[in-house]
Amino acid sequence: MLEWRRRREPSMLMLLASPLIAIGLTMLIGMIVFTAMGYDGFHAVESIFLTPFLEPQRWGDIGVKGAPLVMIALGLAIGFRANVWNIGAEGQYVMGAIAGTGVALLTYDMSGWWILPAMMLAGILGGMAWAAIPAFLRVKLQVSEILTSLMLTYVAVQFLYFLVRGPWKDPGGFNFPQTRMFTADQTLPTVLEGTLVHLGIPAALVLAVIAWLLMEKTTAGYAIKVVGLAPAAARHGGFSAARTTWATMLASGALAGLAGLFEAAGPFGQLTPQFPVGYGFTAIIVAFLGRLNPLGIVFGGIVLAGTYVGGEIAQSTVRLPQAATGLFQATLLFMLLATDVLVRWRIGFKRRAA
Amino acid sequence: MTSAMLVSILMTLIAASTPLLLAALGELVAEKSGVLNLGVEGMMLCGAVAGFAVAFSTGSTGIGLVAAAFAGVAASMIFAVLALSLMANQVATGLALTIFGIGASSLIGAGFVGRTITRLQPVFPAALSEHPILRVIFGHDIVVYLSLALVAGVSWFLRRTRPGLILRAVGENDASAHAIGYPVVAIRYAAVAFGGALAGLGGAYFSLALTPMWADRLTAGRGWIALALVVFSAWKPGRLLLGAYLFGAVMTLELQLKAAGVTWLAPEVLAMAPYLATIAVLTMMSLGRRIGRLDAPACLGKPFSAS
Repeated sequence: MLEWRRRREPSMLMLLASPLIAIGLTMLIGMIVFTAMGYDGFHAVESIFLTPFLEPQRWGDIGVKGAPLVMIALGLAIGFRANVWNIGAEGQYVMGAIAGTGVALLTYDMSGWWILPAMMLAGILGGMAWAAIPAFLRVKLQVSEILTSLMLTYVAVQFLYFLVRGPWKDPGGFNFPQTRMFTADQTLPTVLEGTLVHLGIPAALVLAVIAWLLMEKTTAGYAIKVVGLAPAAARHGGFSAARTTWATMLASGALAGLAGLFEAAGPFGQLTPQFPVGYGFTAIIVAFLGRLNPLGIVFGGIVLAGTYVGGEIAQSTVRLPQAATGLFQATLLFMLLATDVLVRWRIGFKRRAA
Repeated sequence: MTSAMLVSILMTLIAASTPLLLAALGELVAEKSGVLNLGVEGMMLCGAVAGFAVAFSTGSTGIGLVAAAFAGVAASMIFAVLALSLMANQVATGLALTIFGIGASSLIGAGFVGRTITRLQPVFPAALSEHPILRVIFGHDIVVYLSLALVAGVSWFLRRTRPGLILRAVGENDASAHAIGYPVVAIRYAAVAFGGALAGLGGAYFSLALTPMWADRLTAGRGWIALALVVFSAWKPGRLLLGAYLFGAVMTLELQLKAAGVTWLAPEVLAMAPYLATIAVLTMMSLGRRIGRLDAPACLGKPFSAS
């Protein structure tokens, strides 16, 4: 008989190994399921999980997809640590892009180095404002931030549709629902000549290091962890749960908003109805894959960005539909949560009573 | 307003409320047992696509409904294994289930985009179901009557039966229930499965009755509204019925204003209405909590292990 035994201390080895086991299991399950569905399962998994990393010309794409995921996940992870479940990052990402685009449309006839920083600031504030609503409702009225932040995502997306079809529609855009293209002063500079690698990618890495220092080396980071692990002890120690909720929600809103602005001023170069691409939800998986650790999140962001790039490869190599990427990502999160049990529990054989 | 208009509005309202009512009622039972399953939207999408695929292939919407319920149960069991047996975080597992449902329904549904089926038909004979006034009562399909019967059934089960009492005890105090000898985890599995079946049915109501045509992400966040409705209901089936029909009214208003060609309000603003209404309702509930008590099960969302 197999039985689970609770470990006295969480296993450090399993803490690091379980994400890798989860990735391995996801590949195995993906292979079986997609073979059963009549696809070339082996090559599907190879295209999604290996090809993007083995072909250097794809690394730029991984960076472009990974940067917003890492930025959003950093904010979410800090909140998750404190048991603050902001799952509306997608809405904050959209609102950040909208606020930044507002500045871009206002400064359309101007030029100057200051325009892009002003757009970034607007993006940050837009995301923060959108996150402030669930933070306020949670702190003042104990309304679940899970549901409110998520509802606000649908509102933000509709607001985006309204703007691009109505007041912000490009007058010279042949009636397409989209804003003007941003000017050179409103677009993120590329950091590597001849690639799409833009300023957002080094920014995401720097932010990860800052978040790591904040979480590991400061009292504020310690307070956040204590509030999440032992709310009663935190109250006793003078750490305020309300302040932690505000701080983590605003921080994650700011990061999601900035990610939205980077995406609008980078790969998109304008706002279109295709702008909400689900990064806010995928970032939840990135946060867990990174074990809610800022440096782990960089790893998680690279893996998930790889599945997007690989999903496109698999579309052309084994004709796997695009939706398969989402299924792989969900399976990965399932496997991460399943293997997490190994950190706290040990599996062993039960001795039969004689 | 003519009586014909009123009848037509009521018909739309009841149809729009039914999937919400089903999904929320299933979640209510799961939460009463102490399990917070945020995967309602994902289970609804699994039900919607399975119902449509089976109805399209067999030509029978009835078999489609049964398949949808099974698909909902199957999806809910992924959640149950992770959250109940492996004690994974329930919030994260529920989210994973929703991401899974979006991906799976999109993948399976890809072959059905734009295909249509015969929608679910009224149960009663035409003399009643097409009567200009009486059709408010007799003009619905089987799922509408089933959803109302289930509200009564669940209410009776939770309040008047012994298994219902045990289920509530498990949700209020799992440790004590375990100590007395009740199988906490097994009871929670059953409650989650029931929630899955109803979410699956609710999802299928979109693809088999409301819009008998497949489209990606057909449920458009209604699963999340169902979760909010459970809070609104204060975990009471009767109030859930009221809440679901209130939300049906909000969505009907949106459709009516659109149909009436209201131009001063942008369609996007109307589309925001159900989500803004959800936030407003949750906020009002919290304000009300200071006066009355909000009866959330004490063990809601907490993992349980026997050892």
